Amino acid sequence: MSKVRVVLPFHLRNLAGINGDLELEMAGAVTARSILDAIEMRYPMLQGAIRDHDTLQRRAFLRFFACEQDLSHESPDSPLPEEVASGKEPFIILGAIAGG
Amino acid sequence: MSGVRVLVGTKKGAFILTADGKREKWDVSGPHFAGWEMYHLKGSSVDTNRIYASQTSGWFGQIIQRSNDGGKTWEVPGGEPEKTPDGMPQGQSNKFAYNTSGPDGKPLTTHQWYDGTQHPWEFKRVWHLEPSLSDADTVYAGVEDAALFKSTDGGTSWKELAGLRGHGTGPKWQPGAGGMCLHTVLLDPSDPKRIYVAISAAGAFRTDDGGKTWKPINQGLRSQYIPDPTAEIGHCVHRIALHKSKPNTLYMQKHWDVMRSDNAGDLWKEVSGNLPTDFGFVIDVHAHEPETIYVVPIKSDSEHFVPEGKLRVYRSRTGGNEWEPLTKGLPQSDCYVDVLRDAMAVDSLDKCGIYFGTTGGQVYASKDAGDNWAPIVRDLPSVLSVEVQTLK
Repeated sequence: MSKVRVVLPFHLRNLAGINGDLELEMAGAVTARSILDAIEMRYPMLQGAIRDHDTLQRRAFLRFFACEQDLSHESPDSPLPEEVASGKEPFIILGAIAGG
Repeated sequence: MSGVRVLVGTKKGAFILTADGKREKWDVSGPHFAGWEMYHLKGSSVDTNRIYASQTSGWFGQIIQRSNDGGKTWEVPGGEPEKTPDGMPQGQSNKFAYNTSGPDGKPLTTHQWYDGTQHPWEFKRVWHLEPSLSDADTVYAGVEDAALFKSTDGGTSWKELAGLRGHGTGPKWQPGAGGMCLHTVLLDPSDPKRIYVAISAAGAFRTDDGGKTWKPINQGLRSQYIPDPTAEIGHCVHRIALHKSKPNTLYMQKHWDVMRSDNAGDLWKEVSGNLPTDFGFVIDVHAHEPETIYVVPIKSDSEHFVPEGKLRVYRSRTGGNEWEPLTKGLPQSDCYVDVLRDAMAVDSLDKCGIYFGTTGGQVYASKDAGDNWAPIVRDLPSVLSVEVQTLK
């Protein structure tokens, strides 16, 4: 069982009623897909807010960062760095800087 | 004791303004959903504590919010982790999936794009939420790209009324500058099967069978900006309004022109009359006088602000053609705001209250049918929508 830390954007934390970082206990491989599955299972109101309901494509203005790397264009099924799986480093879902 | 609740959607959150029946002292609550674009909030006439809200973001997409206590607290319908009793998957309240086949079984997946090519329908946001007149859990959503959805479970799940896009002219619809949005949903209070919608830039449409079949109702409209000015569809209708005592009479603010129909939209005639400009977005009807209507003229489609720096509501007591400017309490110099299509509403107290919000963040109210105006609030974010609930 892995304990993964996730940092959500301000507005999604508010939407889901989450204070601070999110901690997820996960069995199996830790990937972007498995993290998002776990988030949406626990917080159904976030379905569609991070990735499309049907295609599961990341929303265009959101990025996935971890360990100072931009993982947004990696396969959602690629294993995330060990530091994320061990909880040492957070998986960061970030809103792109845009708009006014 | 009667009262009024004004629901204000802005570009950076929602605000709820409440007053007793005197409409003198206002309580301002908000921002709710701070930082989000709140395209529209509207309360149910069946249960005034039930309010629906459209919360949108370019980053996070569409969220539907619901309140059961008059806007004190909010919830995402179906946002709880458990399944519903009937097994409906949770987290579907922000899912607006287009029906991919028309009533004839043929795929209906494209509309006309800016360059004349066909383009797939892509959901962007909910512009307008219209609660049913008979059931607090039934609500309609007008969306961009233009389509009409219906929920019968309080906004937990949505199903498209695909007969609208499928009636035949859908592939000819094209977006206006603000996108291809279904922004007006009018429910006929005398006939539960009759619904009117308006789409920019396709025109007005009507169903007489509860949304199964639809027809364009644009005869009499004339739009110089389209190749055939009197075409069946392609008109940029900005807003339609009706009075519950005279539901076959419709009033329309088109891109240019204020129009009127006395046969449920089958034929329109222009009633712009002596308006200083007949471009504008809002139009509404007095709560007790079906021939008294209100518009806010805007300078032009190239200059979206009030003409001459003067914020003037125009009132017609003759159902159009003869208009009088209403200016008392409104800025009459150096004012360059716009009033968007969903940003005017009326209460049903006596005398009728009129309310509107501006892109400058002011919400103005008149408690005497427009004769005198005063701001309720002056410095909100840009106002997208204003709705009013009259509380008994």
